[in-house]
Amino acid sequence: MPDIDSPATLAELLDHHDYLADEGLATAAYLAVRMGRPLFLEGEAGVGKTELAKTLAAILGAPLIRLQCYEGLDAAQALYDWDFARQLLHLKAAEAAGAADAGALEGEIYDRRFLIARPLLRALETQPSVLLVDEVDRADDEFEAFLLEVLSDFTITIPELGTISAVTPPVVVVTSNRTREVHDALKRRCLYHWLEHPGFDLEVAILLRRLPGCTERLASDVARAAGRLRAADLVKPPGIAETLDWAEALLTLGAAELNPDLAAVTLGAVLKYREDQETVRARRLLAAPAAPVRDSSDGTRGRG
Amino acid sequence: MADSAGGHPGTGRSAPPGPGTPREALAATLTGFARTLRAAGVGADHERTQSFLAALGHLDAARERDVYWAGRLTLCAVPGDIPRYDRCFAAYFSGLRPRPDRAATSVTVTRPTALPYGAEPEGTGEAGALPATASRIEVLRHRDVARMSEAERREVGALLALLDGARERRRSRRFRPAARGRLDGRRTVREAVRHGGDPARLLLRAHRDRPRRVVMAVDVSGSMAAYSDTLLRFAHALVRAQPAATEVFSAGTRLTRITAELRHRDPDRAMAACSAAIPDWSGGTRLGEEIKELLRLPDPRGAIVVIASDGWERGPAELLGAQMARLSRTAHRVIWVNPHKGDPEYRPLTAGIRAALPYVSDFVAGHSLAAFEDLAALLAGARARGPEGGGADA
Repeated sequence: MPDIDSPATLAELLDHHDYLADEGLATAAYLAVRMGRPLFLEGEAGVGKTELAKTLAAILGAPLIRLQCYEGLDAAQALYDWDFARQLLHLKAAEAAGAADAGALEGEIYDRRFLIARPLLRALETQPSVLLVDEVDRADDEFEAFLLEVLSDFTITIPELGTISAVTPPVVVVTSNRTREVHDALKRRCLYHWLEHPGFDLEVAILLRRLPGCTERLASDVARAAGRLRAADLVKPPGIAETLDWAEALLTLGAAELNPDLAAVTLGAVLKYREDQETVRARRLLAAPAAPVRDSSDGTRGRG
Repeated sequence: MADSAGGHPGTGRSAPPGPGTPREALAATLTGFARTLRAAGVGADHERTQSFLAALGHLDAARERDVYWAGRLTLCAVPGDIPRYDRCFAAYFSGLRPRPDRAATSVTVTRPTALPYGAEPEGTGEAGALPATASRIEVLRHRDVARMSEAERREVGALLALLDGARERRRSRRFRPAARGRLDGRRTVREAVRHGGDPARLLLRAHRDRPRRVVMAVDVSGSMAAYSDTLLRFAHALVRAQPAATEVFSAGTRLTRITAELRHRDPDRAMAACSAAIPDWSGGTRLGEEIKELLRLPDPRGAIVVIASDGWERGPAELLGAQMARLSRTAHRVIWVNPHKGDPEYRPLTAGIRAALPYVSDFVAGHSLAAFEDLAALLAGARARGPEGGGADA
């Protein structure tokens, strides 16, 4: 593991792995690593929340263990499950061999080798590791309760087996798109960071870094257009992920700059809602040659 | 990114002097800062303050930016905290006396409900608290709340609090033991061990069901003033009955989440909390914008969405129509409550309501206790009867 002794060092390391982080995010990630506290990242979809976890894993040379949340996610999917098919086989075999002591059988059956580790347990058992709990707002409140238990002391209690705890806790990144307010008890265990869309300069830098063939002209055209789309109050304002897709699509078409015709045919790479595409066409948002745009939209969005 | 830079004093000097060693002085300064934040409405409690100090231990406490980020990462919990944090940070560390926060202090608890006390319109003869006999309640049940005296409305409020909060059920992804269903491996193995290793009995499990979520938006604009208090009391009853499966917003010129305010057990305290939280009482309505926000904010997927409004839309009707179309595609069911519908003379003529109606599954009145009881039954799973709604959308 590399020596991370300040937010600036971490920012540099992230930079080496082509993830450009500003001071706030670098400090957040640095503290998460140093304090052993989960990092709760909130922000619009596509601002690089998931990507941060992946990059941290690459930097720390640790495997990334990902838990994608969904409604109804339960302990058997998130923590552990017993491999009951193998347990039954073992029982049958023991029966055939003439073993009859129920107490001994129970001890054999509820053994670590019959336990299937799901992401949370796997993260505690893998050292070092980076645990990504993705889109926690999609899970329900029952899931939050046992996630809280795991993140509080990095232990999992299995009634049949005992307590499993992490020797060194994994680096945890929890992301949320804020479709639902996550319980405060969970948040207070974490460091909280609200991730904004990148500003114009940062976005250009990201495009240039991530897409080797991209010219500065194309990158700034795309970033400017993306800024304009974000200011346009769409159903789904494009995140950095969409901007990257868009620039890549343009590159594939051999474009050196963004013009209205190219924008029209590649719109599907950046706007994924029919309403948004119609709004953009009706208001001719991408028709004029790109003029400078002010970054005014960001501060006002997402306040509850 | 750029949001935090604005309010900074630019000087690196630390704040007001404290007692004792430099370490203690620093801790005193920082806890003082946390206190300022609490006064400003940021939930920077003791535990979070401890995290703040711990975080700063890993950073450079003499560097203003480090103090800023350590505090922001540990003391804030929602995006709304961040502008408050920035304001307090700028004020506190530039040595100014922190401004009292607007949101926290300007709690003027005047509820803009209908008419002032004593100014009853014609037709309301009885005043004062009469004994709630069955026949009186029966009369009250069908009366329009806008035409009631203060005392009667209070009585209706009390009856609303007793409303049955049963909720339509939906299938959950979670399981429960069941007589019929899929194999429950875990329990089967447990049972087998108990019987010496033979899985003689296969135990089964089936999906559990849970109450369906309700997302309700209550119009608090001027034209709804006579009804918004009663509607909020109805919302309070919903939240009390199903706290985990109800979200309530006030809709005026903007959407405000008031679920937490409505969790108070006492209806009057809940109403007072709402009054303090809602910034746009008696203004206009921009429903189109708000439904758009509603689609983004609480994720109405699978929920019953209740919109309580008279449809006096200030924004463009096309926008409202388009957003309603999206809502009807996303939500499980959309119920529109319009208090004026209780009037037999009422026709849905305003542009807003006409744009919205094609996408509404149920169009119901919400003017009397009886109407609210019907609405509650609808949320409990009763099917609609109203012909106007038409439930049809493409």
